[in-house]
Amino acid sequence: MFNLATDRISTMEKVENNLKSPHLNVKDLNVYIQGKHILKNINLSIPDKSITCIIGPSGCGKTTLLRSFNRLHDDSSDVRLTGNVFIDEEDIYGRGVEVTHIRKKMGLLAQKPTVLPMSIYDNVAYGPRLYGIKKRRKLYEIVKHQLSSVGLWEEVKDRLKTPAVSLSMGQQQRLCLARGLAVEPEIILGDEATSALDPISTLKIEELFLNLKEKYSIVMVTHILRQAKRIADYVAFMYLGELIEFGPASEIFTNPKKKLTQDYISGSFS
Amino acid sequence: MRKLEEKIFKGLMIGSSIIIIATLFYILYVIIRKGLPSLTWDMISKIPSGGFYLGKEGGILNAIVGSLFLILGSVIISIVISLPVVLYINFILRKNSRFSNIVRFSFDILFGIPSIVYGAFGFMLMIYFGLQASLLGGILAVSLLIIPIMVRSIDEVAAFVPRELIEAPQALGATRFETLKVIVRQLTPGITTATLLAIGRGIGDTATVLFTAGYTDSIPTSPGQPAATLPLAIFFQLSSPIEEVQNRAYAAALILTIIILILSFSARYFKRKLSKSKL
Repeated sequence: MFNLATDRISTMEKVENNLKSPHLNVKDLNVYIQGKHILKNINLSIPDKSITCIIGPSGCGKTTLLRSFNRLHDDSSDVRLTGNVFIDEEDIYGRGVEVTHIRKKMGLLAQKPTVLPMSIYDNVAYGPRLYGIKKRRKLYEIVKHQLSSVGLWEEVKDRLKTPAVSLSMGQQQRLCLARGLAVEPEIILGDEATSALDPISTLKIEELFLNLKEKYSIVMVTHILRQAKRIADYVAFMYLGELIEFGPASEIFTNPKKKLTQDYISGSFS
Repeated sequence: MRKLEEKIFKGLMIGSSIIIIATLFYILYVIIRKGLPSLTWDMISKIPSGGFYLGKEGGILNAIVGSLFLILGSVIISIVISLPVVLYINFILRKNSRFSNIVRFSFDILFGIPSIVYGAFGFMLMIYFGLQASLLGGILAVSLLIIPIMVRSIDEVAAFVPRELIEAPQALGATRFETLKVIVRQLTPGITTATLLAIGRGIGDTATVLFTAGYTDSIPTSPGQPAATLPLAIFFQLSSPIEEVQNRAYAAALILTIIILILSFSARYFKRKLSKSKL
């Protein structure tokens, strides 16, 4: 308990420092899927180098919001989107903006670990190869570095050529994280990234996120309140497609301004 | 009562399986018993000499090579056409779009068309264009026959590719084409199975090649020349009144079966190897 309290104080201090530098800016974002209004007028500034958790009951639009950050709705013809999303100053839905250029800036960690049908090594090297890195030595260095940064190098260094599906689910998810980091993104998006994992693997991913926020901005969708409490610096609470409340985690969890947020956090509904 | 039901169904399942296996082994037994004595080195290393069909010397190398050329050509053409179709209806178009349903339905109908119709259709086209029966004509007709098989069997595997796997390369900044390459890799075992099915169906089909590929005693040296095929070699020899020639038909059937078995086993082997190292 004592530890938790001091943790929270230190988080609060960090929050104060970070508030000033938004990395991802969402302006009047509306998303319609098959004519249904899924996201309603979302305005949100996601701060740099910190973990922002998007929480809310299922069906509230948190995943839809996350997917609109790296334009994953682009290929669905039944999705219509209005509004803007800015990374730094660049509007990702602006005219002439290359979708691949936007996606390179963001690593996505899906709900279920999705390794590519190739070896462990090739999974990590896939992104760098897309961007034209061909030299073996350079690729090997990237693979080694990124696998080390997710704590997987020691576990797999003797079997880099084996298919990635042979890893355990937890290892696969860390491999996916390493694969995402290998293209040197600025932002990491996590879509309930631990929901398919066992508690120990979940803690590992959470620990990684806590380390990675020194360098990256992390946005994590989660339906597990305790997870948000453990790792979030900021929390966005969504309900029925609207952003109800956004603020530093300490405030949202201890002193929410809206009644709806308070009810959700106290567990009156889920 | 329920126990009896259980027993009847179990018996039924075991019985059906045994009937299938027994039929397979009986066919193999007949082919081997009748064909093996006639299966000489000459059969597989020589082309027919004059009077071969009256029981004189020679072999069916012309038909063996003809069949292999024919199936190789058809499989290449079929993969080149089938794969883009499957990728398009599964990964470019929306799920269950009207067009992809129409395509699937069309292939279902094509799948059910008897091979003689493809043969006649190919023959008609050849007359229209003033072509003679040739290896190329046979290859095109057999391709028509096996494309629906390929499309439908790859399509079934493609339906199981999870959305996340399509999005994973995209999220890393891959273009549509680069994403499709990853998907093709995922589909490799399915493509292997489809190819195997297509080979089995194509190499043994008689009706398609009857009009289109023709028959000749020599080995074709260009796609424009007629080509002999194993099914027709069996057909011609079996219709002979001379017993020795009839037995050679069984030897030819044995050769065809062995070719199919070799292709089957090697495809399975490669499939396992591929799924071990790449998947």
